[in-house]
Amino acid sequence: MGSRASTLLREEEIEEIKKETGFSHSQITRLYSRFTSLDKGENGTLSREDFQRIPELAINPLGDRIINAFFPEGEDQVNFRGFMRTLAHFRPIEDNEKNKDPTASEPLNSRTNKLLFAFRLYDLDRDDKISRDELLQVLRMMVGVNISDEQLGSIADRTIQEADQNGDNSISFNEFIKVLEKVDVEQKMSIRFLH
Amino acid sequence: MGLFFDPFDNLLCILLGISFTVWFTLLLVFIIVPAIFGVSFGIRRLYMKSLLKIFEWATLRIERGAKEKNHLLYKPYSNAIIAKEPTSLEEEIKEIRRSGSNRDLDSASEFEMSDIFYFARRGVESIMDDEVTKRFSAEELESWNLLTRSNYNFHYISLRLTVLWGLGVLIRYGFLLPLRVTLAFTGVGLLVFLTSIIGLLPNGRMKNFLSEKVHLMCYRICVRALTAIITYHDRENKPKNGGICVANHTSPIDVIILASDGCYAMVGQIHGGLMGVIQRSMVKACPHIWFERSEVKDRHLVAKRLSDHVEDKSKLPILIFPEGTCINNTSVMMFKKGSFEIGSTVYPVAIKYDPRFGDAFWNSSKFGMVNYLLRMMSSWAIVCSVWYLPPMCREEGEDAVQFANRVKAAIARQGGLVDLLWDGGLKRGKVKDTFKEEQQKLYSKMLVGTQEDRSRS
Repeated sequence: MGSRASTLLREEEIEEIKKETGFSHSQITRLYSRFTSLDKGENGTLSREDFQRIPELAINPLGDRIINAFFPEGEDQVNFRGFMRTLAHFRPIEDNEKNKDPTASEPLNSRTNKLLFAFRLYDLDRDDKISRDELLQVLRMMVGVNISDEQLGSIADRTIQEADQNGDNSISFNEFIKVLEKVDVEQKMSIRFLH
Repeated sequence: MGLFFDPFDNLLCILLGISFTVWFTLLLVFIIVPAIFGVSFGIRRLYMKSLLKIFEWATLRIERGAKEKNHLLYKPYSNAIIAKEPTSLEEEIKEIRRSGSNRDLDSASEFEMSDIFYFARRGVESIMDDEVTKRFSAEELESWNLLTRSNYNFHYISLRLTVLWGLGVLIRYGFLLPLRVTLAFTGVGLLVFLTSIIGLLPNGRMKNFLSEKVHLMCYRICVRALTAIITYHDRENKPKNGGICVANHTSPIDVIILASDGCYAMVGQIHGGLMGVIQRSMVKACPHIWFERSEVKDRHLVAKRLSDHVEDKSKLPILIFPEGTCINNTSVMMFKKGSFEIGSTVYPVAIKYDPRFGDAFWNSSKFGMVNYLLRMMSSWAIVCSVWYLPPMCREEGEDAVQFANRVKAAIARQGGLVDLLWDGGLKRGKVKDTFKEEQQKLYSKMLVGTQEDRSRS
């Protein structure tokens, strides 16, 4: 009969995902339909190849880094919960959330977590530091063959110089937050749903 | 005991005989004879109108059922689900940088760590919803058309609706399907048989005339075999000899739809099996262009045969589908430039199917040809509109690719389809690296460009 969005996803699961990510009921079913359409193997999980089949993602210079963000360390498959958890980082921040109970755990789409997502795109070996080498590699992905090694090297050096505060020649997450403290992260790292 | 059963048997035989005769007479009178003469009783349109009323009722009942259970219905939206701003790479990155720094723009730095936000967001946007992958699967419908294959909410169906659906199944599989299969065999059989006979005639006006009539008749029978309800618009623009007809491609049925209204020379690869038999007999009656498997790769050979054909004004217009593959009828994808290099007049045709009655899209990775035809013959009907657009020629200073895009835009506009630059070949293949390189080049200009300004000041 083919995959049916609302039938294969149980109401309890939808409620759990709603609590964890903050997406609405209809947004979750829509994204589930999207998940199943990407899942060519029809086994309930997505592999890296499933993502690479999206042409607009394949031509994104940082496509591979973004795909990597969906897969936890050492894993090759991501299920729907994991998929939603990563997408939740891009949910817009609503006003009423700002005054939420401070003892509750931080929502996935908070400013800090959005910055963490971006930080992890740079941090290739997941050691919570952006080294000069990692910065160079990511820069190389973004510019392709159009800029020489020397120029790129000096760009990386300048960037680390401006951001590094404790002199270890790499950028930690707190230093990253400090550099970007004025940027409108809430708006630039958010995707608005139409419904 | 024997005496008891005999008269009963006889009666059964007589009844069967009568019903067969009635069946075939009805078939002949209402379907085959009108097909031969190209007239219509209007039965199909009446059928279409009543079906629409039933579908509306069915959708209302499902909505009511869902409300009773206090659940939310799954509503498919064929348009975008997320808001995508059409700003360029440059504009967006500049905006991000502007919001982050309080330095004035003249001494803007070459690289900011926040630049990555642009790529991250675009990437995740394309994961949530992209323009290309959804074109290769069937379009989702907003109302239910009583086919299980297009239902997303079937645990909200009431008893009445189930009965209606069951009735629908009976009618479709018990009555319509056998009827259509019979017609299909009749149509194809007649085509093969009659074109072979005509092939024996000497070349000349008589042969062309008869070939035209036979082709039209057999295609019309096939149209009725699918219960296709076609509305032709702007017939004064119909393709003429020496021209090339291009159309958007959704399924193999497109050929039958166009060929039942006019005569075309088909282009394609010779297949084996039944398809091959049909192709070989068709070419006896009038010159179609069939290629052997090996010849298809040779672009010069293909181009030469096509241009030889169009130069001969006595030969029929060529029918080509430049997308090269079936798309799901919500968009038009890249047109391959081969047919636009030949230099003859191009007659664009837009074909738009109404998905409420049966989805005509052939998802060749999911269904084989036979499976697809059975699905077509067991849906309610195939309803479509065909627009013949005014002929177009390549203009001065326009190359084949620009011409192809111009024709594609015209077809997309008329059919109400989204005009995409992406290649239909992405259905099976990977995207070319050149697109990524373009993005990288654009971004590099932002980094290096400001350095040039710096050295100037």
